Amino acid sequence: MNTPDYLPILFLLVLSTLFAVGSMLAASKLSPRRWTSAKLQSYESGMVPEKDVAGDRFPVKFYLVAMLFIIFDIETAFLYPWAVAYDELGLFGLAEMGVFIAILLAAYAYVWKRGGLEWVE
Amino acid sequence: MEMDIPRIELAGIAPEIALTVAALVILVVHAVLGNRFSTWYLPYLATLGLVVAGALAVIVWDVNDLQLSGMIALDNFATFVKVSLAVFGLLTVWLGRDYLTRDRLEESEFYALVLFAVAGMMLMAAAADLIVMFLALETFSIALYVLVAFKRRSTEAQESAMKYFLLGAFSSAFFLFGIALAYGAVGTTNLYSTGPEADSLFRFASAGPSTDLDLLVLAMGLIIVGLGFKIAAVPFHAWTPDAYQGAPSPVTGFMAAGSKIAGFAALIRVLDAILFPLRWDWRPLVIGIAVLTMIVGSVLAVVQEDVKRMLAYSSIAHAGFVLVGVVAANDRGVSGSLFYLATYGLTVVGSFAVVSILAGPGEHRTRLTDYRGAFYQRPLLAGALTLFLLALAGVPVTSGFVAKLVVFGAAIESGYWWLVVIGVLASAIAAFFYLRVLVVMYMQEPIEGVEPAPSGGWLANGVVAITAATTIVFGLAWGPLIDAAEHARFFVAGG
Repeated sequence: MNTPDYLPILFLLVLSTLFAVGSMLAASKLSPRRWTSAKLQSYESGMVPEKDVAGDRFPVKFYLVAMLFIIFDIETAFLYPWAVAYDELGLFGLAEMGVFIAILLAAYAYVWKRGGLEWVE
Repeated sequence: MEMDIPRIELAGIAPEIALTVAALVILVVHAVLGNRFSTWYLPYLATLGLVVAGALAVIVWDVNDLQLSGMIALDNFATFVKVSLAVFGLLTVWLGRDYLTRDRLEESEFYALVLFAVAGMMLMAAAADLIVMFLALETFSIALYVLVAFKRRSTEAQESAMKYFLLGAFSSAFFLFGIALAYGAVGTTNLYSTGPEADSLFRFASAGPSTDLDLLVLAMGLIIVGLGFKIAAVPFHAWTPDAYQGAPSPVTGFMAAGSKIAGFAALIRVLDAILFPLRWDWRPLVIGIAVLTMIVGSVLAVVQEDVKRMLAYSSIAHAGFVLVGVVAANDRGVSGSLFYLATYGLTVVGSFAVVSILAGPGEHRTRLTDYRGAFYQRPLLAGALTLFLLALAGVPVTSGFVAKLVVFGAAIESGYWWLVVIGVLASAIAAFFYLRVLVVMYMQEPIEGVEPAPSGGWLANGVVAITAATTIVFGLAWGPLIDAAEHARFFVAGG
């Protein structure tokens, strides 16, 4: 194994550890602590939080919705580069994308018909 | 600028495509129609998909090619494994139909997941690139995690699926890290990459003048660990008894047969074909694992009080026996291991079919005491189980005997007679607990006032009959299957 080649990785590891631990320590020692109820709320991208998530039970349905979102989000992530390179990929690209979308559509039909998109309280 | 469009070669993955299409059709058709028209057509669709996949695998017999930019190996080794997997899949679907209707579980998802798993396992056998191998491993593992938890109301099933999932994810990490190190050592993840060396067998092991052998050995170790989890070799077996016990019996049989042959196919291709030049480095490791697996599997099975757990430990021991064939690393070792995995798979699917029927609705009766006097209540089923257990013990006139004979013979050919001695001793220990079940079934009275489990449907009984027939046929007329296994050669460049 050629050690000098991997030396930068070791440096990076040490530096990032020092930085992470150092800034946490500095923050805990130097910063003033004035808690308000607004500061203690969980952060939901600026919206008023629905619930205090930590330590509270919440429906497993959120998990399903999140999973479905990721699957269809990835679909668009694949569609953009294909659309940009459409000229070069030609018929081959079109066919490949057709297969990809067909599989996703099958999954979509399945989820829809089996009630995965319904929010039953 | 022109893109470099890869050549479209679908022959190499045609069986997997057929299975995926069939699974998607099953999911969508059932979701759209719902349960209005009953579900009689679902097993037919699954059967059709598996039969077509098996046929597509058979028609490329004797083709020797690399396809899809060298990602897929089209060779007889892969074909042999693919056809075995199609058969295991068929038996699982038929057995599953009876099981699911009896216990009122969802059907379409079960068949679709079995088909997805078979597709992943087939890809595993044909993978000519470590990344494809990893993809295949994940495809069938994820399907199996869900199948293990298929009795989703049962906390026992949830527990075993969680254990299987966590340890499976852990093993995938080992495997992936091994791939990364292999890439670092060789500069490619493709097992058949063309390096400067002309000798085909030495390619991956010495793909370039800069190949780092120490790193490659380390990578090999991690890959062995990753695959060791899938074949349930000691010390990577901890998940096996729990997962086998909590999973529905048809799934357990499928895991013991399919997961094992797929994992071994990858292991045999990597060790016996690609890393053959490094055999002096990996043999001590694999020998250690084989010895531990045979002894621990056999000894721990003796103290089990649950038949499914006992069969789980027995499947661990059998992984050890197949590893003896892998250690031999000669032609007979490879063909012997394939023969062993194919016949063991049929036998173990059969035994779990009997367990599935005798366990009754809800699968509550799997303890050894529940088998008291089973012979007097269900003579045919008890007789079939007797045959399966004798085959697992390796008694002559059954396929298990022939399988052990070829694998041990291959090891002796390579000079590992002492490993064979340990194997025979382990089989002797193993025979004890197989016989214990027989004693309980034949020589003890049924418990008073307990109704025997309802008899299985014609599909489940059919699976028992088929596997019992193959267990005897391959024990008496092993020629054709051994011939096929001997022709199951790896891809050779220019061959």
